[in-house]
This record gives sequence, structure tokens and C-alpha cells, in this order.
Amino acid sequence: MKRQIRYYFDLLTTLTKKEIKVRYRNSILGYLWSIANPLAFAFVFYIAFKVVMKIDVENYTIFLISGLFPWQWFSNSVNASSGIFLGNANLIKKVNFPISTLPLTTLLNDAFHFLVSIPVITLFVILYKIPIKLSWIYGIPILMLIQILFTYGIALAISSINLFFRDMERLVIIFTTLLFYFTPIFYPETMIPQKYQSLINLNPLACLMINWRMLFLKGEFNSEYLFLGFFYALISLLIGYLIFRRLSIRFAEVL
Amino acid sequence: MSDSVIIFERVSKTYPLYSHIARGIKTFLINLPKAIHDMRNSKFQALKDITFEVKKGESFGIIGKNGAGKSTILGLIAQVIKPTTGKVTVKGKVFPLLELGAGFHPELSGRENIVLNGILLGFTKKEIMDKIEEIIEFSELGDFIDQPVRTYSSGMLARLGFSIISTVEPEILLIDEILAVGDAHFQKKCTNRMIDFRKRGVTIVFVSHNMDAVRQICDRVMWLQNHELKMIGSPDEVVEKYLIQQA
Repeated sequence: MKRQIRYYFDLLTTLTKKEIKVRYRNSILGYLWSIANPLAFAFVFYIAFKVVMKIDVENYTIFLISGLFPWQWFSNSVNASSGIFLGNANLIKKVNFPISTLPLTTLLNDAFHFLVSIPVITLFVILYKIPIKLSWIYGIPILMLIQILFTYGIALAISSINLFFRDMERLVIIFTTLLFYFTPIFYPETMIPQKYQSLINLNPLACLMINWRMLFLKGEFNSEYLFLGFFYALISLLIGYLIFRRLSIRFAEVL
Repeated sequence: MSDSVIIFERVSKTYPLYSHIARGIKTFLINLPKAIHDMRNSKFQALKDITFEVKKGESFGIIGKNGAGKSTILGLIAQVIKPTTGKVTVKGKVFPLLELGAGFHPELSGRENIVLNGILLGFTKKEIMDKIEEIIEFSELGDFIDQPVRTYSSGMLARLGFSIISTVEPEILLIDEILAVGDAHFQKKCTNRMIDFRKRGVTIVFVSHNMDAVRQICDRVMWLQNHELKMIGSPDEVVEKYLIQQA
């Protein structure tokens, strides 16, 4: 039993470390490239909505950045998940090991990357003279945990289903793009018309992203969204696990 | 029998043909009634009513043409595939000798890949670190061990893979046509190590098209033909009949 836990821990850390190493080994540019992406988005949205359309949000740059970085983590992990089992075909066909750890390691690699991009967010927070609150110390781990649980459930489901329907990845890309515009990231949730307000509660990502932004801008949580986000995370994990369990016995056949 | 570590009892395996769904959701939905009908009815029989046992410490060969079901048997032993009917019992930890480069990451060094591979095979990090020097020594890779494995030749990759599996004291070893790579010196070393395994009581399941290797390594051989068990017996007897039929 003790060895089993030890083994899971080693498996998870070794695979995650491998991905992080590979990502950063070739260049420090690997780091710069992936913070360049959300920063470029922030720039585009700033021009479009602040300069051109004159959106009424104060500190709009940091408003964008505090949502775009966690979003980038989510969408990277989800989009990458379609290829995970597919890319490890000859391993899955031969070795009987806990393959449910594979999507988790990709996700943790992206989580690590998000963590090391927090200094960039901090830099903007300082530039905008927003006070950094102590609540970050527990706020960041709590939100990260919720996001990991939620994304893991989705990644398990997508990576499993994609083995049987190989065009799933295209659908996933369309879906994450749609979801991005339905989530209050480049607009505040208060701008959503009254009659659609309640729909926010149905969007698990909105619960998370609103809280990320509140944390970075004000050092606060919206506890209602926090619990809702946690609830969605558990649902996602449950469904993802059930789909994985149902399909995984056939992985070696279909690969 | 109590000393059997692998027991197949009337094992059959059918696969649904996944082709129609692997074409994607779009095609699946457009041809929905036909696709569902196909999924229910199209079957591919990979194994028919196979019964055999492998005893502890035995070297068991499997021969047969491509597509006869040899790899399916290895998949069943490794327990990555479940039988459709019948029962597969495996006692002890199974180690598949992976094909070239599987479970290796090209950007990582040989040393890092030993750890990665060992973990995937079910060892804890400490268990691997205890053995790592021995593995490196057996592989004869020298200074290359700290180079990324993308710079390795296929022979060097094979050496690394075989060194890992052969150093970790396997209980049941699955070998799928792997010894064909590497130079003559290393092939000889592998064959010797396999003979060494036999002495130490490691159970080996060996799939090969190389009849000389089968004769040299195996205690018993099973011949699969058209997904069925054709015959099982001593290597000389089975290989001879097999070669006559092939000719």
C-alpha cells in the first residue's frame, strides 16, 4: 500500500518533470513564447475594446491579463488533451500502467507554466499601482486546485473519446473558442444584460475566471462562484473518470 | 497446475471493427443507422478458443504468420487487452520488452530515459536508482549515456531498452521480435542474457520469426495459424513442421 502511493507519486512527478524539462530544455524562448501569446491577445483586445470601442473598465490592461493567463492555461491543456493517448500508443498497447496519469501530467506541466508566469501578472499589478494582497498566498493555490480538478475531468474525457472519434480535436478547438467569448474575460460580467446574467452560473469557466481576476485585482474571492466552481470541478472529474473507465478497457484495441 | 504462471482457458478475442468510427464523428453521424449496425455486427476474430499454460521459469515461444494473433496473446498476458470469452490468469509482474524507442523521449538523455522507462514499467524511483549504474554498464553506451537519445542509432536504442529490462529482475518477460536489432556482438549478449534468465527462473514469452533464436531459447513452442492453436510442443518438432508447411 505504501509502495503503491510512493509509486504513483514517482510516476506523476517523473512524467511531469519530463514534460517540463523538454519544454524548457531547448530554449528559454520556450518560456517567452508562451507568455507572448496571452500578452499579444491582451494587446489586441486592448486596441479593439479600449482604444476603438472605449469600453468603460478601469485598469483594462491588468483586467485583461489577469483573465487571459489562467484562460491560456485552461485552453492549452484542453486542446492538448486530444492527442495524449494517441501519442502514447505503443506504450498503452504494451505496458499495463496507470494511464490515467498521462493527461494529468500534461495538465500539471501547463499548471507549472502558469505558475511561473504569475510574476508577469505581478509586474503589471505593480505597474498599475494596485496593492498586492496577502490573500494571494492561499488564493492562488485554491484557484489552481479547482482549475486542475476541473480541467483534468475534461481532459480525461476528451483524450479517451478522441481515440474512438479522431476528429474530436477539431470540435474541441471550436468549443474552446466559443467558450472564450462566452466567458467574461475581456468584458466584465456586469456588462452582460440582466436577462442573461443567470447564465454565468452555468459556465464553470466564468466562475473560475471571475475569481482569478478578483484575486489579482482586489485580493478577494467571490465565495459563491468559488463554491460553484468547486462543485463543477467535482462534476467534471466524476464524468471524466466514468468516461475514461468505460472506454479505457478498449484503448489497446483501438490504437 | 499450481506452478503455472500464465494460464489461458478457452480464450477467444473478437474486436469490433473500429474503422467506421475512427473516421470521425461527422462520418459517424451522417451514416448513423449503418454505423450502429456495423458496430454491432462487424467483428474481427483475433483468437479462437486458445488454451495453454506456461510454467514458472519456462521459455515459451510463439510462432506463426503475421496477423495470426501472436501480438494479441502478448496483449492479453500484459493485461492491456481483455478476453472476449474464456479466462486469462497471470501470476506475477509482467515486463514487456518495448519496441525501439517506445517509452523513451528523444530529447532526454539515456540516463533520464532509464528512469522514465523504469517508472513506466512499474518501479519506484529508488528501485531504479539502485540499479542504474548496473544498467548503464550492461548497455556499454559509455559517455553516450548523457547524450539525448535522439542521437542514438537504432542499435544503441535497442541496447538501452534491453539493458533496462534485463537488469531489473523480471518475473515474466514478454519479447516481441526485438532481438533482430543491434550488432552481432550485442545480439549474442542478449541471447546469453536470455539463457541466463532461464537459469535464474524467469518466465519468458518469446514471439519471433527467427527460428534459430526460437530453437536456442525456448523450452516449448506454440504455433498459431489463422487465429487458432495449430500445435504446441518441443521447439525442434514444432519449428520443423512449421518450416515444412511454409515451404
